[in-house]
Amino acid sequence: MAEAILQIFRGDAKGGAAKECRVPMAPGMVVLDALHYVQAHQIPDLAVRWNCKAGKCGSCSAEVNGRPRLTCKTRMDALPLDKPITIFPMKSFPVIKDLVTDVSWNFRINKKIPPFQPRPGADWKIEQKDVDRVQEFRKCIECFLCQNVCHVLREHDKKEEFGGPRFFVRVAGLEMHPMDGASRAGLLRKELGIGLCNITKCCTEVCPEDIHITDNAIIPLKERVVDEFYDPLLMLVRKIRGVKQSQD
Amino acid sequence: MSDRFETHEHDVLIIGAGGAGLRAAIEALGQGASVGVVCKSLLGKAHTVMAEGGIAAAMANVDAADDWRTHFRDTMRGGKMLNNWRMAQIHAQEAPDCVRELEHWGALFDRTDNGQILQRAFGGHTYKRLCHVGDRTGLEMIRTLQDRGVQMGFDVYMECTVTRLLKDGDRVAGAFGYWREQGRFVVFKAKSVVIATGGIGKAWPITSNSWEYTGDGMALAYEAGAALMDMEFVQFHPTGMVWPPGVQGILVTEAVRGEGGILRNKTGERFMERYDPQRMELSTRDVVARAIYTEVREGRGTEHGGAYLDISHKPAEYVKRKLPSMYHQFLELADVDITKRPMEVGPTCHYMMGGIRVDAETAQSTLSGLFAAGEAAAGLHGANRLGGNSLSDLLVFGRRAGLAAAKHASSTPAPSVDSAQIDQAERDALEPFQRKDGESPYAVHRDLQDSMQKLVGIFRNKEDLQRSLGEIDKLKQRLKRISVEGSRLYNPGWHLALDLKSMLAVSEAVALSALAREESRGAHSRIDFQNLDPAWGARNNIIGREGEAMRLRQEKVLETPGELKQILAEGK
Ligand SMILES: Cc1cc2nc3c(=O)[nH]c(=O)nc-3n(C[C@H](O)[C@H](O)[C@H](O)COP(=O)(O)OP(=O)(O)OC[C@H]3O[C@@H](n4cnc5c(N)ncnc54)[C@H](O)[C@@H]3O)c2cc1C
Ligand code: SF4
Ligand code: SF4
Ligand code: FES
Repeated sequence: MAEAILQIFRGDAKGGAAKECRVPMAPGMVVLDALHYVQAHQIPDLAVRWNCKAGKCGSCSAEVNGRPRLTCKTRMDALPLDKPITIFPMKSFPVIKDLVTDVSWNFRINKKIPPFQPRPGADWKIEQKDVDRVQEFRKCIECFLCQNVCHVLREHDKKEEFGGPRFFVRVAGLEMHPMDGASRAGLLRKELGIGLCNITKCCTEVCPEDIHITDNAIIPLKERVVDEFYDPLLMLVRKIRGVKQSQD
Repeated sequence: MSDRFETHEHDVLIIGAGGAGLRAAIEALGQGASVGVVCKSLLGKAHTVMAEGGIAAAMANVDAADDWRTHFRDTMRGGKMLNNWRMAQIHAQEAPDCVRELEHWGALFDRTDNGQILQRAFGGHTYKRLCHVGDRTGLEMIRTLQDRGVQMGFDVYMECTVTRLLKDGDRVAGAFGYWREQGRFVVFKAKSVVIATGGIGKAWPITSNSWEYTGDGMALAYEAGAALMDMEFVQFHPTGMVWPPGVQGILVTEAVRGEGGILRNKTGERFMERYDPQRMELSTRDVVARAIYTEVREGRGTEHGGAYLDISHKPAEYVKRKLPSMYHQFLELADVDITKRPMEVGPTCHYMMGGIRVDAETAQSTLSGLFAAGEAAAGLHGANRLGGNSLSDLLVFGRRAGLAAAKHASSTPAPSVDSAQIDQAERDALEPFQRKDGESPYAVHRDLQDSMQKLVGIFRNKEDLQRSLGEIDKLKQRLKRISVEGSRLYNPGWHLALDLKSMLAVSEAVALSALAREESRGAHSRIDFQNLDPAWGARNNIIGREGEAMRLRQEKVLETPGELKQILAEGK
């Protein structure tokens, strides 16, 4: 049977290096299958995070051949097998061990976002088209791959000033919720630092859920921030009418 | 109290951050209790996130004739009347409010034309009853609960595994566990403990369940002296993926059939006509799983040993909108475009009806201060669970467990824990490091899975079940010889070695209960006893611990009161 050669990062907070492993190929095999094979046969303590193995939980993120991916959805037969496949942890987060990184920063950012707040007097009649509009943002599985590629975090490490694309998506899912009455524009501008995003779209490219992070979440939110801070009257009119999806 | 370890104190400690655990936490917080939530994975990754099809609740938004009585009847009939009637009643009555409450906390469901929550058909439900959002209902549910809990202020201990419950005399007093990341130990002191740890699917190789489903909660409760019930009832979902090998077992949601998907064998025959001509594809899961299994065994299976499930007669846009994750799952993992070609599907180990025996009103186990909810608890589903009844179960009984746990905590003095228990828990956890060149945990796990698949699968018989108990005994011996390599820092081999203890305990309980029940009922099918036996219909199998030995006894099923019997007798 054909074999694949893997270069898997082994190490911890103090550093590490790639280790070469060979695994037999099977039809339809994904990278996570290969890692499990290595655990069972070669490196029993190889640290890998995963849960559903079905692309639904966003646990198994890593960098495969330099590209941020879900390892449970990356087919081995879609990768060139004539050279070793490199599997490294996400670079923007501190390594705990091997492919497992410390993503706790994301949970701290999440805490800052004011929760859903129903508009007073909402009667909970909602049209399907209003559900469809926010669906996209609520699909997010929190794989943090977008956080991992965004240069503001990856190259500039601005974790204190910037919330990152995942949390713009989350805010969009709340702000465009047909029943929500809170405003998070101040938060976007200050704590989440949306102004630091210069719309490179790298986040959108890696999102396994095909969320159009930049076009559908970030740009409308940037406009909303501008409206609220520079055209408060318009914002007020919208709030009163309850029409929050005013971009389209 | 040993102060060698990091220690946390709460009124209520909740083990598990799926739908049941989070709902319990929110309720306990609302009562003013201090709440800690422990989970093996990161917050938001629990199994509940994977649920696809929907939440069953008789809201009557689509079929106006629906009400709790019909939901109650469907649940009892699906469970072959072995259910705890009171749980089935509470569940049917409270589910609609729980769904509305979830909506008020920000969950967004698909809508009907007049703006209400849309409901879809599912197997065994008389009416269109499943509230859903596309095929990612669980994600919407877990995010909503998670965000609410975070805002209300519970303490979450993520990537932390509990390995032992601590006791103060006859009542529960907390838990002992380890941080998966650093391998350090941690002690939780609590007046009430809620187990919401989910199921046991990882004891089988072909399963829709993740690595977390090792039956820890049931094993912890059993070890601490609580009773387990109905352990023979393991649900094999009829439609898991069968090809390619790496994805074997991954769930194909029942919503495919709910939306009109048709099952065929390799000759093109719509075989459900022979097994359940009335309900066809939307028959209960036990029936459909056995039908597919039988087709394959009798030589009418597909190329890779399954059945065809076809939704391609529906407009492609409709399929992509109603079943988006299925569309992508097959396209990306199996190179199949389900809007054009049929899927290949076969049974996969999916859900545990049995579990910790609880009181219907309070979700308290037979051990004082220990509560259980969600998949880890038994009673609501009887011998077979209907699709969609789990998510509603999590909300209804998660809420009740949280409420009762908080009340219990408010009327109980703080427990004390002697350090001997903690020292023992530490020794047990470290044991695998003491040996060199022993058994590999991965090998023991694989052999357990093979044995459960072969001997304790969809169809069972006396000889196989007896053999499986022998195998489990041998595996227990091998577990004592396991050694792990490396350090305590995020070490999956070590984690598995500890999980195996739970898996072996629940596997034994399943085999023992299955051997005793000499009849076929719901998900439990005996080749040597193919019919329902009324005598067994009046008995639940109860598992308890006597010293080191597992003991099985029977107890009478709770008698359904007259007016509810009336409801059960009505309808077709
Ligand atoms: C693929 C799939 C699709 C499904 N679709 C549906 C559906 O459409 N409708 C429906 O009603 N049901 C569905 N189900 C069933 C339903 O999702 C589950 O039964 C339900 O989510 C279980 O929820 P829970 O809260 O009991 O446990 P879970 O959500 O599984 O959570 C268990 C929690 O316990 C923690 N835990 C476990 N052991 C320990 C330990 N030792 N120490 C610390 N923490 C621990 C875990 O980390 C996790 O946080 C589906 C199941 C699967 C697998
Ligand atoms: S578009 Fe903005 S958020 Fe996305 S990667 Fe670029 S800078 Fe980061
Ligand atoms: S937005 Fe996409 S890439 Fe970012 S965390 Fe969510 S699913 Fe992952
Ligand atoms: S394991 Fe859940 S997304 Fe990969």
